[in-house]
Amino acid sequence: MTARLARTASSLVAAVAMTACTSYFEIPIETPIRPKLDVSAFQRVLVAGFISGGSEDVDANLETVRLLRSQLRTKSELRVIDADVLPLVDVASEGRDGSNGSEPAAEPNPEPHAPPAQIKDEKDLEPYEHIFANVEYWKKIGEEYQSPLIVTGTIMFTPHQRSGFVQREQEVFDSLGRRRVVPIRTYMERKGFILKPKFVFIDGRTGTTLHSETFREEILYNANQSTPALSSYFELMDRLIPSFLSTLSSQRIRGTRVLLK
Amino acid sequence: MKAPSLLVAFALTLAAAAPLRADARDDAKKQVEFGISVAQRGLWREAIYRWQRATQIDPSYAAAYNNLAVAYEHEGDFDKARQSYEKAVELEPKNALIKQNYELFKEINDRTTRKDGQ
Repeated sequence: MTARLARTASSLVAAVAMTACTSYFEIPIETPIRPKLDVSAFQRVLVAGFISGGSEDVDANLETVRLLRSQLRTKSELRVIDADVLPLVDVASEGRDGSNGSEPAAEPNPEPHAPPAQIKDEKDLEPYEHIFANVEYWKKIGEEYQSPLIVTGTIMFTPHQRSGFVQREQEVFDSLGRRRVVPIRTYMERKGFILKPKFVFIDGRTGTTLHSETFREEILYNANQSTPALSSYFELMDRLIPSFLSTLSSQRIRGTRVLLK
Repeated sequence: MKAPSLLVAFALTLAAAAPLRADARDDAKKQVEFGISVAQRGLWREAIYRWQRATQIDPSYAAAYNNLAVAYEHEGDFDKARQSYEKAVELEPKNALIKQNYELFKEINDRTTRKDGQ
């Protein structure tokens, strides 16, 4: 009787252990993300240029145009138009002089609220933003490139520093030589960059804005660490490229889930 | 006299219902297991059919709803995925694996429905 009981108990334990081991299965999945914007009416995309400001170490207009074009070439079904990058700051400045931005003004009128020559912060961008609502200008650009979807916007890439307490992990050894990792709070001076792009999607057939989206990414390093501005720019852009692409084309996000019995 | 007979009838009903429930769960479990085996081979449509059957057979089977939600997520049907995850969580609120799946799903879903500037 006791042996039977023991056998039953051991088989029960085995069954429980088996159930515990096999009651779930990790499975890879690819979640399809539908694009936020219906671009089925377009065959071509023109990354026209950006109004950029902030750090002088990176030409954010040029770099953003190059990066987005290369990403769209490989990850979108739209044909990417290779064209000169539009100097939108100049175009927007000219537009304020009454020339509508499509051709240079003969004699610019001095204005009390003329846009700043150098864009250092977001406030400096405001006087230029009217360019995105200039339907005639974008329609004209659209006609020039066979009515593509136009990608434009603003890019602020600014140096940034912050000091305060941060938590980091430190390795410690006790009297017996055993290693432990403990969190410690230390005061640190950190510096880095903030990237704040606003992507504006314009219908090249009508010149109207279809969609706009603003992002913000930030990176901080130890103050004594020297990281080139261009590296930081690419690191930050790398984080938001998937979101940018998901506006135009369907993406698949890879992950794992657990299936249960 | 009447009360004891009612009690007996109630006990008999319960006793009869228990094996029925067990049978339903067994049948549903077979569907769930088959669904898992086909999902592992990439046959997600067939898996959806199997897990739907499992939820019809046993509507209290949280695992079937969880798996169904995963499959809907894989197919990009986010509304149905959310409904199935919610049902699974409702049935087994303390199941950490279901909650983990649901959190991962919500993260992706929030990203796709994020409004301008957020």
